[in-house]
Amino acid sequence: MPYACIYVPNFPVTALLRAEPELRMQAVAVLEGKSPLEKVFAVNEKACSLGIAPGMTKAQAELCSELSLRPRSALQESNTHAALLDCAQSFSPRVEDAACDTALIDLAGLESLFGPQPAIAHSIFRSATDMGLVVHVAVSANADAAMIAARGFSGVTVIPSGKEAEQLGSLPVEVMFSGGLNDSQKDDRQKNDKQKDEQKKESYRLLETLDRWGVRNLHALAALPEVALSERLGQEGLRLQQLARGSAPRTLVPVELPLTFEEALELEYPIILLEPLAFLLNRLLEQLCARLAAHALYAQELRLTLELDNGMEADYELGISFENHGIPSESNTSHREQESDSPTQNGSHTQLFSSGWQNRFCRTLRLPQPMLDPRLFLKLLQLDLNAHPPGAPIIKIHLAAEPARPRSAQGGLFLPPAPEPEKLELTLARIAGIVGENKVGSLELLDTHRPEGFRLRRFVAETEKHKLSATHKLGVDQKLNFHSWSSDTAETKSAVTALRLFRPPLRAAVTLHDGQPARVVCTKRKEVQGDVLWKAGPWRASGDWWEHEAWAHDEWDIALQNENSMALYRLVHDLLGGGWFVEGSYD
Amino acid sequence: MSSAVVSTSAALGRPFVFDAEVVPEPRLLSSSNYELPGSEQSTINNQQPTISPPKFGNRKSPIGNSFRTPDSFIATDPRLAGMTPASLLSVRPLPEMVSSGIAAIDVLTGGLPRGCLTEICGPASSGRTALLLAALSAATQRGEFCALVDASDALDPQSATAAGVELDRLLWVRCGESSPQKSRSSVKSESNKSESKKADWRNWENLLEQVLRATDLLLESGGFGLIALDLADLPPQAARRIPLATWFRFRRAVEPTPTVLLTVEQQPIAGSCSSLLIKLTAHSDRLGDGSVSPGRDYKSAREMSASPSHARLLERIEITAELMRSRLERKPVASTVVAFASQTAWAADKKAG
Repeated sequence: MPYACIYVPNFPVTALLRAEPELRMQAVAVLEGKSPLEKVFAVNEKACSLGIAPGMTKAQAELCSELSLRPRSALQESNTHAALLDCAQSFSPRVEDAACDTALIDLAGLESLFGPQPAIAHSIFRSATDMGLVVHVAVSANADAAMIAARGFSGVTVIPSGKEAEQLGSLPVEVMFSGGLNDSQKDDRQKNDKQKDEQKKESYRLLETLDRWGVRNLHALAALPEVALSERLGQEGLRLQQLARGSAPRTLVPVELPLTFEEALELEYPIILLEPLAFLLNRLLEQLCARLAAHALYAQELRLTLELDNGMEADYELGISFENHGIPSESNTSHREQESDSPTQNGSHTQLFSSGWQNRFCRTLRLPQPMLDPRLFLKLLQLDLNAHPPGAPIIKIHLAAEPARPRSAQGGLFLPPAPEPEKLELTLARIAGIVGENKVGSLELLDTHRPEGFRLRRFVAETEKHKLSATHKLGVDQKLNFHSWSSDTAETKSAVTALRLFRPPLRAAVTLHDGQPARVVCTKRKEVQGDVLWKAGPWRASGDWWEHEAWAHDEWDIALQNENSMALYRLVHDLLGGGWFVEGSYD
Repeated sequence: MSSAVVSTSAALGRPFVFDAEVVPEPRLLSSSNYELPGSEQSTINNQQPTISPPKFGNRKSPIGNSFRTPDSFIATDPRLAGMTPASLLSVRPLPEMVSSGIAAIDVLTGGLPRGCLTEICGPASSGRTALLLAALSAATQRGEFCALVDASDALDPQSATAAGVELDRLLWVRCGESSPQKSRSSVKSESNKSESKKADWRNWENLLEQVLRATDLLLESGGFGLIALDLADLPPQAARRIPLATWFRFRRAVEPTPTVLLTVEQQPIAGSCSSLLIKLTAHSDRLGDGSVSPGRDYKSAREMSASPSHARLLERIEITAELMRSRLERKPVASTVVAFASQTAWAADKKAG
């Protein structure tokens, strides 16, 4: 049964470079420890060539001017580890989380999908590279042999079945122990420091013994007599020899990971403008989308959480607006909770959700349909952040995606074209940025007689709900015979007189004659004034008397002389508040 | 026989000719000088033109025998056989027409053209919104998605429902006072009330900017069957501030799409960019119990109507539609005026009851 192993060499540095790809061409050192006792934990090759080595103090490392120093980030490492497992799981569901930098894949049955073993190995390598990971990939019939080969050989290695000992022979003995060290890194939370120290000591003792015997590589270890090795090193010695021969038995322990797609970035310096934030968001979105694509999933919802800097004194200098948002106040929070309870009432595509953290700014981007386009997501987030600036410098970015299955839709031959969901979402976001939030969407009438008894909800171009038969009939009829439908409509339909509303209603001075309007003067609109030529009414309407917002009014339909013609208006007398208003015109 | 291809630039007022940089070399040859591939080219280069081309203006053509008419190109170039230059098309393909939702308008205009700009103009209470809602209703009932850019936020949802508009398929863009751009400007304008007129103009400009930008985005997005711009409440002076170039841009944007672009305004503003211009006027109305006969003015109506106001009912508005411009029909139509009536929702209910 063939296995593939993906190994991420120099894991802390790889995790850092995945988050900051612009550092790839520079010398980088990762620091660990509390200030001022920080020490170099890992370095890349360029830093090595400059003489920087793990264990050096920060002060020593800082002497090198070309060196970029970054603190070790558990967040970045966990994200990279998740990306590694996502990459592995995109090939097979049987994946073992061997270490934080190592993943084992069961390749049984994958030949029919991806081709022969070398092709699979190269596919895995490409997929990992697409996710921003620099990896070694090894394929072997023995899982441990694949793991040792991945740790020992760079690039892609394919070991033919039965030739494990021969291929692994040239590797140094230390390769077998590097996994143990990484295991100890992975199980930080589970093992205490004492156990880790003991494991390290045991590894060093064995290495020292082998070194004393003159055993430098795996070939020499594999050639040792088994009985003599057992007498001197016990069962551990035999296990090491089996590893060196590539014949150690192992059972794969598949891991089933929850489908959580999150990426985070801790910033060394706070971001004060939205433009550099967009660059970072772009990077996170690309990583997130690559992970989603590896699972053949789309994003239904994006949650952006920004951790803000508490120092507010320099904000006005930074030019960040506090008009709309910022540190959420109590009233803001309650408003957000209300919105999160009834998201469809809001015409906006984005919703705020409540956050108990005073220095966190959260935005949720709910998509009408599952999508997977990092550029689109970035544009939507940019538009949303432009409309709702965070209000304080940003020190940490956290982005999470809610996965969903890709939508499957087939356009009908006779169905009229509909806006593309991705384009439409972007268009709506842009229009909302122009005319204002909650000012664009589709109408929904409410069950009330109250004026303005409607609400706006998100516009979704859903073709599935369309009445296919009616469309088909109409569409085909139109194409075949234009005059036929026109004659049909002539018989069945007539135009409906529409009311054009004045929002807000125009306050008017009304002269009454026998209790009826005789003259109307509206100061805001010069055309709405003059003697009432014709009137009908009043029609009394009232409602919601059991609530604070009770309403009651008398409606009149009136005709006024308007230049050369006549215009019809609806005049309303507010019975509760008093006053006359021109509510709209008939057109 | 060689001939010249000359086009005159209207903007510069001077003629210009095709020269060697513009026309590929094989096309520079006259029909008599055209050589098949493989023949000696030296004869072409050495041969002098027998008929010198006419000279236009001060510019001298460097190539004497390089002037050809489009039809002569087509005649000589086998690759262009069977093709007709657009300038020589006698009849251009007509756009697809769709129903406006009102039979009388369909009879008058042949419907609303797809990929074209249609203007509906008229004064207040002339039935513009009734026609707009009828068009939206027809489009949504065809299964198309529509967008309404409402400059003055005047749409009445109840009227739209009564007209038969499927609200799920209508995208309503409400431009107006509470938009972010306008609210900022209104704060400034309130601070100085003496300049209210200037502030009004600023507000109109902001409003127009919102309308035009939203329309641009909608046209760019595509997929809508009908995009309507409701500028009916905008004063004509403000609406005329929309540059003609904007209408040209809209026309070009909508041309390759199956979208009907419809504008509703008080006076025509798009000039020659609109393919169809319909002017509506309230010819007369029948108010209440129908005591007003067509053609009578409303003062006499009031005098004649002895019934109390609460016994009257606004039932219908009779509308006259006039076809002011149609670039779709080459022949003059028999009648350019039709009349129809818009009925109020409650009058329809009354009839149905």
